[in-house]
Amino acid sequence: MPPLLRQFRDFFVSLRLTVGLLGLSLILVFWATVAQVNLGIWGVQEKFFHSFFVLEKIPGTAIPVPVFPGGYFLGGLLLINLVAAHVYRFKLEGRKAGILLTHTGLILLLVGELLSGLLQQESQMRLDAGESKNYSESYRQDELVVLDTTDPKFNEVVAIPEAVVAEGGLIQHPKLPFQLRLRDYYPNAIIQLREQLPNAAPAMANNGIGPRVALIPIPLTYKQDERNAPAANVELVGPEGSLGTWLVSPLLGMPQGFTYQGRTWEIALRFKRYYHPFSMTLINFTHEKYAGTDIPKNFASRIRLQTPDAHEDREVLIYMNNPLRYAGLTFYQASFDPSNDHNTILQVVRNPSWLLPYVSCLMMGLGLVIQFGLHLTGFIRKRAAKAV
Amino acid sequence: MKRLIPLLLLLLGAAYIASTLRAPATAPADFDLAGFGRLPVLVNGRIKPLDTVARNSLLVMQGRQRVSDPVNSAPLAASPTAWLADVLFNPAKTDAYPTFRIESPEVLSLMGLGETETRIAYDNAVQRTMAVVGFLPSTRSRFSFKQLEPKLAELDRQAQLAEPVEEQARTPFQKQVIRLRDTVLLYQRLKHSVQAPDSPDFLGELVQFQKALPAGTEAVRARQKGEAHSEEAFKAMMAMAERYDFMDKMGYLLAIPPAADDSNPTNWITTGHALLETFQNGSVNPNVMAYAALGRAWHDHQPAEFNEIVRLYREQLGKRFADQLRKSDLETRFNAAEPFYTSMTLYAGAFLLAIFSWLKWPAELSRGAFHLMLLAFLLATAGILTRMWLEGRPPVTNLYSSALFVGWGSVGLCLILEAIYKNAIGSVAGGMIGFATLLIAHHLSLSGDTLEMMRAVLDSNFWLATHVVVVTTGYAATFLAGFLAIIYVVRGTLTRSLDQATADTLARMVYGIVCFATLFSLIGTVLGGIWADQSWGRFWGWDPKENGALIIVIWNAIILHCRWGGLVRQRGLMALAIFGNIVTSWSWFGVNMLGVGLHSYGFMDAAFYWLIAFVASQLALIALTQVPLTKWRSFRTT
Repeated sequence: MPPLLRQFRDFFVSLRLTVGLLGLSLILVFWATVAQVNLGIWGVQEKFFHSFFVLEKIPGTAIPVPVFPGGYFLGGLLLINLVAAHVYRFKLEGRKAGILLTHTGLILLLVGELLSGLLQQESQMRLDAGESKNYSESYRQDELVVLDTTDPKFNEVVAIPEAVVAEGGLIQHPKLPFQLRLRDYYPNAIIQLREQLPNAAPAMANNGIGPRVALIPIPLTYKQDERNAPAANVELVGPEGSLGTWLVSPLLGMPQGFTYQGRTWEIALRFKRYYHPFSMTLINFTHEKYAGTDIPKNFASRIRLQTPDAHEDREVLIYMNNPLRYAGLTFYQASFDPSNDHNTILQVVRNPSWLLPYVSCLMMGLGLVIQFGLHLTGFIRKRAAKAV
Repeated sequence: MKRLIPLLLLLLGAAYIASTLRAPATAPADFDLAGFGRLPVLVNGRIKPLDTVARNSLLVMQGRQRVSDPVNSAPLAASPTAWLADVLFNPAKTDAYPTFRIESPEVLSLMGLGETETRIAYDNAVQRTMAVVGFLPSTRSRFSFKQLEPKLAELDRQAQLAEPVEEQARTPFQKQVIRLRDTVLLYQRLKHSVQAPDSPDFLGELVQFQKALPAGTEAVRARQKGEAHSEEAFKAMMAMAERYDFMDKMGYLLAIPPAADDSNPTNWITTGHALLETFQNGSVNPNVMAYAALGRAWHDHQPAEFNEIVRLYREQLGKRFADQLRKSDLETRFNAAEPFYTSMTLYAGAFLLAIFSWLKWPAELSRGAFHLMLLAFLLATAGILTRMWLEGRPPVTNLYSSALFVGWGSVGLCLILEAIYKNAIGSVAGGMIGFATLLIAHHLSLSGDTLEMMRAVLDSNFWLATHVVVVTTGYAATFLAGFLAIIYVVRGTLTRSLDQATADTLARMVYGIVCFATLFSLIGTVLGGIWADQSWGRFWGWDPKENGALIIVIWNAIILHCRWGGLVRQRGLMALAIFGNIVTSWSWFGVNMLGVGLHSYGFMDAAFYWLIAFVASQLALIALTQVPLTKWRSFRTT
């Protein structure tokens, strides 16, 4: 083996690298924990863990510079180090079984974390008593939708992700007889009636509710229990020229309708939706507190689960620590609306790799017990020998 | 003679424990205050004895259970229960007791408390000198309701101004103002719990109310129909309704048990609520009458009558709440015995004895230390088991109980180490950790009832019993490894007592405990992830508490890999293990201060300073490990 290659191999299988990487991970986790105070849990995940490098802006400029290895970088190197070391030193020995099992479990855990980082999809379903929904909504992402509602039986939906909206410019879509010109975009803004704000700048929108309200951009929030509400002014442009400008924001609550070339349309910026092949109806929501306190004791949602083909039509009870797993999704009792007693918030998670941590936990636990058990019996035998 | 020392210590320790377990003397002797203190009420979702309510209220209000004035050594109230009886039945008296603790000078000036109020004037010269030297307090930090009363409106206004500010961003003044307002409110609510505090004779008032009721309801009915009625009777009824409605809103204790036909045993209500029900069912609730009669007997100093009512009331409750009464009785006994305090004292004794054993009589003293540690451990075990039975929960449910359990787990491991090695190292470490964790627990208990109800998210005995217990055991073991390393360093550098054999033994101990800690913290952390997956759908969310646990796992893994890879030797291992103390204390407490700690004002929190001091001390010890071996007293060749 050429010396350079050997050096390379020795680096990747070395225990020093392991220790170094573990040390850097420790610092990363600590730093990220402290940073959560200002960045919030989502911001931290993106900046520190779901990244190859932690970027910081040079003070006074907007130029980001990598200052520390990120989660993917460290996790990836650890994985390489772990696999390489085991391949290189692999010997089938009873004595090493514990270590092997522990580390294989750890590999599974790291891989599982990576997979769930890539594949996991989280959304929420808010239901009022009696309400039915066949979709859940993202609590972080939004989408601009244009619906053709001419046919009373179904709607034709064109959805444009928020990231595209943020870029601005002109969008042309084969299903739309007009273009969308994105005139401006605010990542977080509140909306107020114009009559309450006599000094507001003139409205850009000239259709729908737009002319009557004023847009006030506010700073992005990173708090776990708050979400950003983007807003945009969208101009529709047909071959004959502008059809008008609409103000859209999830805060408006409902889509704005218009007609064009004999068809009826709706436009809205709303929480991104995930449609499911079944519907859920909230039968009732109960919220118990401990006597004489505001401490929640239990909250539970009684749900009717139906599929369009009528093969499934049953009642389920979802409560704390007791989720519903159905169609690859898991429905958890996440929260409720404190101002409304009949409203439930279910968390909907799709995570195909959810079983991996269970397996890896079992392997690592067993591996460590074997490994340390060997140490212990060796120790006891030695002492016994000494005592004799 | 020397050989009797271990046995003697064992007997002494046992006698000490026994002395705390005997029934507390009833004082003042004629009133059955012990029986009164055992009566159950429902507060914060849990049925508990009045004794617990009294102790916790005093802790929250003034940071201690004793009610006394710094100038007089004799306490103002014989016991917390006696104080509570006065609050409930004779509040004019307790209004004058200094039971509100105020330390912030800004709040003092807000409440109009100047130097004349805060300065303590001792009568004799000896006390005055002691005060100057600092052995006696020279300023008052506790004040009476009467002293605060003139400025309560201003206090309320300031608290209302502070309230909209997010808790973490509040200034120390805002925090203190809100705290004081809350304690005053707690006191006021206690006063309205079983009687209207302004009523000179509440029993008489109730009898009058009962008598006036038929005419009164008739007048109300007639007025609603627009018929002729007695305006006076109507007004009297309305005034009563308003009065009892206020009592209902203010009442802190749910003192009145549910009606006999109520199937829900937690449907206890306030006295005010029970009195409002009188308007529907026509007669005053007998339990309300019982408390009013107790009040009159207490107020008029009629012990025989008081004791008889306590007995009858209890007997009547016993028919439906036998289980709850058993729990209340045990809880009262538990409160009085203070097992964790006794245990703490014994741990301190074990620690000192074990240290001495390195200087003289090693076999006897270390055996004695082992005995004391074992006694303290058994007592702490009994205490933890009692808490588990009272709560119906696994051992760790909040920060307080985690402190108890970390101590318990570490000492348990130390007992095993000491049983194997018999070199007093286990006793020194166990005594030190046992004492320290119980001291921490004591400070954590100052915030109120430590047997809290579990929020819905955490309400899962299975996960509390597995994840929480396993991960807390991991904390305990990591701490233990760190403290063993401290013993190594301190003995090695500062004394001559660390020979090579002992050093090797210590290194083996540290290594073994780190292995144990790795196992438990890793499994505990992953179990936590699985719980999170079960409860709210994500295995890992990178929230501070999870990260804290992860950091401990990583650190233990680092120690093990460093040792396996030969990157560290004995001293390096010790330095790493001591750093484990820093990592664990951060995960245990640091993350809880996070919300606070990083906003500029949060740094004022006392606990934060303690954490900083602890970290600094550990860093100093790590530096000590790096002193060259030739400078260590134990290894110096000359």
